Amino acid sequence: MAQASYPAELLYHPEHDWARIDADDPTLATLGITWYAQDSLGEVVFFEAPALGATLTKDEPYTEVESVKAVSDVVAPLSGEVVEVNQAVAENPGMINEDPYGEGWLVKVRMSDPAERDALLDAASYIATLAG
Amino acid sequence: MSSTAPPALRRTPLYDRHLAAGARLVDFAGWEMPVQYEGVIQEHMAVREACGIFDVSHMGEIETVGPGALQLLQRLLSNDVARIAPGGAQYSVLCREDGGVLDDLFTYRLDVDRYLTISNASNHEQDLAWFRAHAAGVPGVDVRDRIDEWAMLAVQGPLAREVVQAISDAPLPARMRAETRSLAGAEAIVCGTGYTGEDGVELLCAAQDAPALWDEIVRRGATPAGLGARDTLRLEVCFHLYGNDLSVDRGPIEAGLGWCCKEDTGFIGSGAVRAVRERGPEERLVAFAIDGPGIARQGNPVIGGGEVTSGTLSPCLHTGIGLAYVPAARAATGTRLELDVRGKMRPAVVKDKPLYRKDA
Repeated sequence: MAQASYPAELLYHPEHDWARIDADDPTLATLGITWYAQDSLGEVVFFEAPALGATLTKDEPYTEVESVKAVSDVVAPLSGEVVEVNQAVAENPGMINEDPYGEGWLVKVRMSDPAERDALLDAASYIATLAG
Repeated sequence: MSSTAPPALRRTPLYDRHLAAGARLVDFAGWEMPVQYEGVIQEHMAVREACGIFDVSHMGEIETVGPGALQLLQRLLSNDVARIAPGGAQYSVLCREDGGVLDDLFTYRLDVDRYLTISNASNHEQDLAWFRAHAAGVPGVDVRDRIDEWAMLAVQGPLAREVVQAISDAPLPARMRAETRSLAGAEAIVCGTGYTGEDGVELLCAAQDAPALWDEIVRRGATPAGLGARDTLRLEVCFHLYGNDLSVDRGPIEAGLGWCCKEDTGFIGSGAVRAVRERGPEERLVAFAIDGPGIARQGNPVIGGGEVTSGTLSPCLHTGIGLAYVPAARAATGTRLELDVRGKMRPAVVKDKPLYRKDA
């Protein structure tokens, strides 16, 4: 994805992660990294999915993504338990660059504190953190 | 003026070209340099399969001139400088008295009493001071800083010679030779050297000629490549990077650079180097490949002693590779290592150097 993009339907964490709350299941969230994060890293060449059942704590790193040159922590935007991991991305991490909000999702979590979503940013507020 | 403002970064004569090509620029040893244009892997493969061009004008040039030049360089450089014929090139290290490595250097003999030594950007000022301090005791030698006069381009890859030959007034010098040519009308020192494991040349030209020369070589098909690809290319073929694999804390024997140390010349540090060579080093720099997933990075500990000094994902081998200092007893090819990669244990195997071979 060559052009910057921040879909309005997602929630954002200032450490450059997004969360998509399931429309039918408000405690299920899909997580990934933002366009800005993948662009800063460059070609993502390694992502090791966390284990199923792993516990995420909001604002704490839960995994890493790596480019040729650098390692970047991925910070949990929400607390919860990992219920699904994107094995396709583990096998082809370049999908994070190609489609960071779609095929490049990282994990799905069962949220332990759904109220945490209120602390996340909307797209406009997240974009404002990137300026300056 | 605020004293907290960071010093302005230096820019090469090709800065505008990098901006126009969409490069991502980073601070590298005080220089604003392109780390990548389109992408590290694409640039890496362009060099392995065709031709890439790198701006390496941040590297320093020290010219040593006069009838005393050989005597000074023989005292400073670890290799036997007397063996460089005019038009020849030689790799060496610069050592302290205790054998610690101050820099690794290429020296070109441009004329009978005229040598040009290429320094690493991060070490240039210190190298220059070291050269000058020791020149004071040698008659008939002048040490000149040439970093502002020269731009340096590396054109590398299986098609690199063909691309540069097409704009040269005479056949290009062979590997490890350095001769003056006219390239698209600009005078340049063409050197049959490189840092990628591919065939190719490095070009030294006047700073003001660099943009037109860059444009001409790119127009003829060279892919602009950044410092990111330069690092992955050199690591696949196990060339040392100063500040990672070489430092004052270890000597050239430990680093596997005994081949460029000729202790009989009496260079500064030769006594210490000889002692380590005779008794055997406690540690050796080995090449490794990770067995399974993961990418080790500089500073990751090796379980049982030692540390990773360079690590990346190899674009050609598709696995984590690197260089690490390990206890000498564990340096043999095939030895299994365990690397502590940010708390995760990653198995790795000591490999023959280079890790990547053209015909493999």
